Amino acid sequence: MNMFYFIAQHTMVFMIPLMIVALGGLFAEKSGVVNIALEGKMIMGAFTGILFISTFQDRLSGQPILILGLFVALSTGVLVSLFHAYAAINLKANQIISGISINMFAPAFAVYVSRLITGTQNVHFSNQFRIESVPVFGDIPILGPLLFQNTYITTYLGFIILAVSAFVLFKTKFGLRLRACGEHPQAADSVGVSVVKMRYSGVLISGALAGLGGVIYTIPITTVFSGTVSGYGFLALAVLIFGGWRPGRILFAAFFFGLMQTVASSYAAIDFLRELEIPAHFYRMSPFIATLIVLAFTSKNTMAPKAVGQPYDKGGR
Amino acid sequence: MNRDGIFNFLSSIIVIIAGLLIGFIILLISDAGQAIPAFMTILTFGATSMRNVGDVLLLATPIILTGLSVAFAFRTGLFNIGASGQFTFGAFVAIYISIEFTFLPPPVRILTSILAAAVVGALWGAIPGMLKAYRNVHEVISCIMTNYVAMFFVNFMIISFIFDQGRGTSQALPSDSNLPSAGLGYIFREPFGAAYRSSHVNIGIIIAILIAILVYIILEKTTFGYELKACGFNKSAAKYAGINENRNIITSMMFCGALAGIGGALNYMNGTGLSMSIIDSLATEGFTGISVAFLGLNHPIGIIFSGILVSYLYLGGARMQVFGFSIELVEIVISVIIYFCAFVFLVKSFLGKTLRGQGKKESSKEGGEA
Repeated sequence: MNMFYFIAQHTMVFMIPLMIVALGGLFAEKSGVVNIALEGKMIMGAFTGILFISTFQDRLSGQPILILGLFVALSTGVLVSLFHAYAAINLKANQIISGISINMFAPAFAVYVSRLITGTQNVHFSNQFRIESVPVFGDIPILGPLLFQNTYITTYLGFIILAVSAFVLFKTKFGLRLRACGEHPQAADSVGVSVVKMRYSGVLISGALAGLGGVIYTIPITTVFSGTVSGYGFLALAVLIFGGWRPGRILFAAFFFGLMQTVASSYAAIDFLRELEIPAHFYRMSPFIATLIVLAFTSKNTMAPKAVGQPYDKGGR
Repeated sequence: MNRDGIFNFLSSIIVIIAGLLIGFIILLISDAGQAIPAFMTILTFGATSMRNVGDVLLLATPIILTGLSVAFAFRTGLFNIGASGQFTFGAFVAIYISIEFTFLPPPVRILTSILAAAVVGALWGAIPGMLKAYRNVHEVISCIMTNYVAMFFVNFMIISFIFDQGRGTSQALPSDSNLPSAGLGYIFREPFGAAYRSSHVNIGIIIAILIAILVYIILEKTTFGYELKACGFNKSAAKYAGINENRNIITSMMFCGALAGIGGALNYMNGTGLSMSIIDSLATEGFTGISVAFLGLNHPIGIIFSGILVSYLYLGGARMQVFGFSIELVEIVISVIIYFCAFVFLVKSFLGKTLRGQGKKESSKEGGEA
């Protein structure tokens, strides 16, 4: 039973950032902009957020500094997204190219600035954010150890973001307009919806969530940030596709990947897997192979927004 | 060169200058005192001696090939982000054959290494191709996944078969497995000094240039290339014209994979004693290839020049470290250049308008005088 809780708690650690970043991708893609830059935005968010925490952790402590760090990361994500949005929306550029440039810029920038500040490419911080057990809830049998022990406030933030995203996208006027811009921007424009504004909102929200995701990914797994989020932004993109562009299914997709990552990273602590004596490299490959297999079976009837990736051309109305 | 070609060339230059300017601004912010000498180093170091010119060509070899790989895919309507994995696989197989197949005479062994790298690269490229053709999986996603799988798998293979415990990398290649210098070492060397140190530049750059020309011929002068491009322009129209678009997607990805695989082989057989490290990061050559491809406007001949330019910047950037700046600056500059590549069309239409506008004025003047 302990092993079960151990896996569940670890799965949470991997799943929450994936889900948040995939939801970010969802906002961009629903508005009609491909967001391959999630990885770069995560790195930028993680970098500024962790740098902030690392700098101020002598003066502040505990959860308040984490929340401030999250705000820093969120703002960075928005800022970086502006560049992506400007190229993709105003200049009608190839969205994949501008995304790739951000993915290349982010790690180089993070390492360059780290070297200037700390002399190495690493930013160290101390993890003082883990919650042993949430008061009251942590004592509930079964559910307590599953969801409320060895956890982070970011876990609950993740679920809040999921609920809010689903509500905003599918129950509000804003969400309807945003989705219209991703399905048929000409039609949206013809009834007075500003495609440019909607797409900007989509891309900026996605940047904010990706930036958040960067910090949320980094904090539980390490105390040294060195300019990488190990391809999580790309995995989040796969989660988005596997999740069929729907919040509920994104939750399940993120859970699936979280579980795969847990097995990949902590198989040595799981008795029956360790006894199989499969080399570590294969465990580390497994999430990526699983993604390929899953995509092969789920992509036939794609549920992508129809106009995703196409610059909006008023003349095409 | 026709007018379109001139526009392309000019817009590339403008984009590069813009990227360099931003790099200079970042240098100024980081350390204003050292910024100017450091920036001059980036701009001039690659040309300060024949040996450095040789090193630029040496560094350009693999990225010209990955650049061609990305560009070939792009011209046929695909996005090959998987060049990194194809490169890694090609490199591993070339190193493996170089080390283990010592019973083959050196020329045969070298040729076998390169060809095997091409084949393995092609097979690895076929995976995203098939997923795209038959299962409708977007190649960008599947390429990203295959990159990571390739990285972990090759790390495993190196540790299992050709590991050098002492250095923690793949074993060194036997010296007769390296690509011959083909006389280039005599041209690209220090003119003075006792050692007459020459660059390691070798026949690889000639192979790369020949392959670029071959890619140009395939794309522009053959039915095969025409069919592939037709699929890239309009899949449905190509299908209507009787082109088997699924087969073309797979062929195209295999061709890209072969190019990147050869890049991997040439990179590690270059005689500098380079070996593959066991690190958890993707081969950067594949991503540099994307920059090279877009800077070269996805034209095979353009890519020869953009590959040389990018490696020129990298060489200068590595040298710039003596002023206390890290080489990541070059990557920042290149990423900014790629970002501005997104503006290329804007620059082009701007150039087109202004130049055409002038042309009109001139012609109307001439008309008036006559």
